[in-house]
Amino acid sequence: MSNGHFGIHGGQYIPETLMNAVIELEEAYNHYKNDPGFQEELAELLRNYAGRPSLLYFAAKMTGDLKGAKIYLKREDLNHTGSHKINNVLGQVLLAKRMGKTRVIAETGAGQHGVATATAAALIGMACEIFMGKEDTDRQRLNVYRMELLGAKVHAVTSGTQTLKDAVNETMREWTKRVADTHYVLGSVMGPHPFPIMVRDFQSLIGREVKQQMLQKEGRLPDALLACVGGGSNAMGLFYDFVKDPGVRLIGCEAAGRGIDTAETAATMATGTLGIFHGMKSYFCQDQYGQIAPVYSISAGLDYPGVGPEHANLRDTGRAEYVPVTDDEAVEAFEYLSRTEGIIPAIESAHAVAYARKLAPTMGKDQILVVNLSGRGDKDVAAIARYRGEQIDE
Amino acid sequence: MNKLQQVFAGGKAFIPFITAGDPSLEITEQLVLQMAEAGADLIELGIPFSDPIAEGPVIQEADNRALAGGATTDKIFSMVESIRKSCQVPLAFMTYVNPIFTYGTDKFMKKCKEIGIDAVIVPDVPFEEKEELLPFCSKYDVTLISMIAPTSNNRIRMIASEAQGFIYCVSSMGVTGVRQEIGNDVEEMIKLVKEVKDIPCAIGFGISTPEQAKQMAQFADGVIVGSAIVKIIGQYGVDCVPQVVEYVRSMKNSIK
Repeated sequence: MSNGHFGIHGGQYIPETLMNAVIELEEAYNHYKNDPGFQEELAELLRNYAGRPSLLYFAAKMTGDLKGAKIYLKREDLNHTGSHKINNVLGQVLLAKRMGKTRVIAETGAGQHGVATATAAALIGMACEIFMGKEDTDRQRLNVYRMELLGAKVHAVTSGTQTLKDAVNETMREWTKRVADTHYVLGSVMGPHPFPIMVRDFQSLIGREVKQQMLQKEGRLPDALLACVGGGSNAMGLFYDFVKDPGVRLIGCEAAGRGIDTAETAATMATGTLGIFHGMKSYFCQDQYGQIAPVYSISAGLDYPGVGPEHANLRDTGRAEYVPVTDDEAVEAFEYLSRTEGIIPAIESAHAVAYARKLAPTMGKDQILVVNLSGRGDKDVAAIARYRGEQIDE
Repeated sequence: MNKLQQVFAGGKAFIPFITAGDPSLEITEQLVLQMAEAGADLIELGIPFSDPIAEGPVIQEADNRALAGGATTDKIFSMVESIRKSCQVPLAFMTYVNPIFTYGTDKFMKKCKEIGIDAVIVPDVPFEEKEELLPFCSKYDVTLISMIAPTSNNRIRMIASEAQGFIYCVSSMGVTGVRQEIGNDVEEMIKLVKEVKDIPCAIGFGISTPEQAKQMAQFADGVIVGSAIVKIIGQYGVDCVPQVVEYVRSMKNSIK
């Protein structure tokens, strides 16, 4: 029977060639998630290699400037490799090793997941190949070189729209060609079961840490959590431990690109409809015939026409809210956080910062807002300069 | 005898695949009519999808050409209606689950029945998810074809026991496309199926030459060829019909 559902969403809509691979993965994951040896090895790497727990930083200047809720930033940007992606990747690559796999493959959009996968593969000793849309290899040249430095082979994907969706297509195709020795390290809370659950579990330490840190600092839970959502892994990681705390608002910020009333958008929740793609039932940007729409965002990491099935269900049930944030707003927030707090956020995370700038002033001074700073913005500096009309060589 | 049984009743079946609307729906219609005359026993019509994850580059490009040319599910339904005025060759749609689901699965299968589509092949709906389509297929008497792959192993028994029409046996790992070598796993696969159920088995993925087709037909009930034909269509464009017809005839002859 059909597995891995969140309300009406989720499932395992993949070719028969891959079915035994995902079943084997599910069995291995269910075994090792309760295996003390595995958990200790992962915890050790997260502590001493990735640098966890990440800080929960009180952004005093931003709070003072916005004159509303107290703003805390969850500093996933300070992790090794510069984003939250390392949390999931260390888990999956360790798991793949225990499963006897010798090679990992992964898709990447902005390059953060690709860099994290290449890093873990180098550390743990696996062959690694990364699939990245040709348009993204152009937007994020430094990350391509970074992955190559780490020993990975990077394939520029020239099919379709040459962005994240096409990178996922090509990684799935590669997996069907060579599944016996290869694990697909999916980078977000999407795809066929068990990926949405497994990736969420590997990311859910973000929210658990926030809860503990918040109780220490403030003695209470926050009023709202903000995170950017492409596929949705950093948001799911932050939200998950708070789903059962109804007093905490969960707000996902998706990429509106040039606006949700234009065709150049990647805001799936605002503009998408129910569909089945990339192994899951969820919401997708598509036309009336189910052709997946070409989407657009300045952020390569949010430039995806779907959203993870658990998010789709959190929206259906009303437990979480999803708001669109435009390129312009994200770029302004990118610059704002750099100037105000001396922190250059990833352009993905800047979408959450942008909404914080709108939301905080509407909240009381006794209220608390946590923004997930999912990644650091070094990779985006040249692209933002170009957006502002300055040509900078990377 | 329903039309799918008829496919395998007269000896080994030759099953060509083309993408509907590549290079145009008019040419697709001519291709269907003439491939049927040239000996095709069942024709698979691909409804193009923007992101065909089980296809190699050849069929991906055909999908792109068809979509760029304006092919839609509704226009393809109209084309099939037109074909059915003069030709009763068994027809199967091959597409991905999203075009069906988004069209409305009930509406899609109802339309299939009305225009005379005999079966659907949907590579991203495995056994575990077939309830997504099967109730609607049953309601409108459209056969949902099951696929098995070289990695299916312990799943073959389960899949075969509930399969209907025929089984689509994927010859090799990976996506569609022309291959030099096809492994012998597929012979074992078919043996296992036949132990469970007396159902025709057709082999697809990678077959392009009459020699390969002949070899496969020694143990399979039918041979499916897609990329090799789509390649000819891509090469000759609007002038492809005679080339494709000649190819289909040679392939059918090789397995007679």
